[in-house]
Amino acid sequence: MTAVFQSWGLSYEAAWLFATVAGVLLIAFPLMLAVAMVIYVDRKVWAAVALRRGPNVVGPFGLLQSFADGLKVFLQETIIPAAANKGLFLIAPIVTFTVALSAWAVIPFNSGAVLADINVGLLYIFAISSLGVYGVVIAGWASNSKYPFFSAMRAAAQMISYEVSIGFILICVVLWAGTFNLNGIIEAQRGHGLGIVNGFVFNVLLFPMWVMFLISSLAETARAPFDLTEAESELVAGYQTEYSSMSFALFWLGEYANVLLMCALNAILFFGGWLPPLDWEPLYLVPGWIWLLAKIFFFFLIFSWIKATVPRFRYDQLMRLGWKVFLPLSLVFVVLVSGWLMLTRYG
Amino acid sequence: MIQAFAFYLFAALVIASGALTVLARNPVHSVLWLIVAFFNGAGLMVLVGAEFIAMLLVIVYVGAVAVLFLFVVMMLDIDFAELRAGFIRNFPLGIAIAAVLLAELVLGIGAYRAGAIGLGTPMGDAAPLLGESNIENIGALLYGRYLFLFECAGLILLVAMIGAIVLTHRERKSPRAQQNIARQIARNPNEATVNARPEVGRGIEL
Repeated sequence: MTAVFQSWGLSYEAAWLFATVAGVLLIAFPLMLAVAMVIYVDRKVWAAVALRRGPNVVGPFGLLQSFADGLKVFLQETIIPAAANKGLFLIAPIVTFTVALSAWAVIPFNSGAVLADINVGLLYIFAISSLGVYGVVIAGWASNSKYPFFSAMRAAAQMISYEVSIGFILICVVLWAGTFNLNGIIEAQRGHGLGIVNGFVFNVLLFPMWVMFLISSLAETARAPFDLTEAESELVAGYQTEYSSMSFALFWLGEYANVLLMCALNAILFFGGWLPPLDWEPLYLVPGWIWLLAKIFFFFLIFSWIKATVPRFRYDQLMRLGWKVFLPLSLVFVVLVSGWLMLTRYG
Repeated sequence: MIQAFAFYLFAALVIASGALTVLARNPVHSVLWLIVAFFNGAGLMVLVGAEFIAMLLVIVYVGAVAVLFLFVVMMLDIDFAELRAGFIRNFPLGIAIAAVLLAELVLGIGAYRAGAIGLGTPMGDAAPLLGESNIENIGALLYGRYLFLFECAGLILLVAMIGAIVLTHRERKSPRAQQNIARQIARNPNEATVNARPEVGRGIEL
């Protein structure tokens, strides 16, 4: 995009600056729109499973419900508890929201259509998503109230536990793709399954990794059945208990942006990202970003389906699954994948 | 121009947040300032072109170590008056540690300038293998030239980890109720419930 701005007669530095700002806006605004629509989808799916109608009043089919909710929280008064640590209390939702948005910088929407094409892209996402816990922890501590504090403790332990196994899963994918660059990982999946289907998920050694990644990404984003940080029967509303108005809305937006990011990662790492599902010429006529969006939407439907169906885990069950099942299994698969690659590719 | 600007921004923030880590009254604030310092340190790493190290710094220190710090510090019940009372008593110890750290720093820079490790040139500008990415460079070095040292470091960490587990392990006196998830899932309604109509006054044998 820098070249376009340069052709308008700007110097390289100015063109780069404008191109980057334009890229950021091109990602952030559609993302916010997508978050609003996805909250609506989530509520509709949840309602359908519970045999209810869901939001259906504001706009056609209730499509504008999220915008009405957004306007409502925007007009509300921001309440800061007297006992709260004021600065940190206000910083926490900003941290959550910023972190959730900044991870999208390296997501490729088509070949070459990526804001920052860095060669440690996957590590960047891993680093940024490990920062997500700070918003929750700071919010829980700064609220100076016991339920948010319990929630913060749970969030810290939960996210660290699942990040370990996510790390090993990512290593398996990186070993097979041979690169940390997300575009490179997508290219490596072209015709991966018997030369017909695109995606690492059709690999016998990587399919279990995908199942574990899907479950871990539910835990990492604190979605049901792992939403122990906001278990309403035990912790009121968890770390969000003391929040109101825009500070509360920022948590919501950040949370759903994170969910979308995890859906996008599922699509990119295991389902071929912007590649069509089949390695068949006519399918490439459809632009790549449509395939990516379709895959993200598919995974979001899976997420909200799970949320509507599955009861919440108990805390010790969550820890058991993370440390005693996923960690050893993913370690074994790191050995298996690297052994297989040494045997067939590098041996 | 933009590099110089970014460098001074990151460097100033590292020093400022480092100072605030020490000066902050509240230990939780200290840890948060420490996190800001790590983060800006990662920014400096990106500036010198070591993006892999920068990402590892964020993942390991900010994402894992500092979270555990915060976890522990948040649960501490700290009496600030008592903390400050110990200042004079611990002052010599603090000075001694500072002197040791300074000596290590001087030694480290001296060793680096002597060029003994061969990571970069003695003048301080790193000399990566040409035409290869950061990760490949570090991988080639760690798993090639320094393989033995690298494995030794891993072994030492493993021993430390096992040691920590052994030291904190407690033998449970009474056996805890174990949940057998596989058995729970394998149950079906037919064997879990019994439909019976017992006679009045007589119980039912299960």
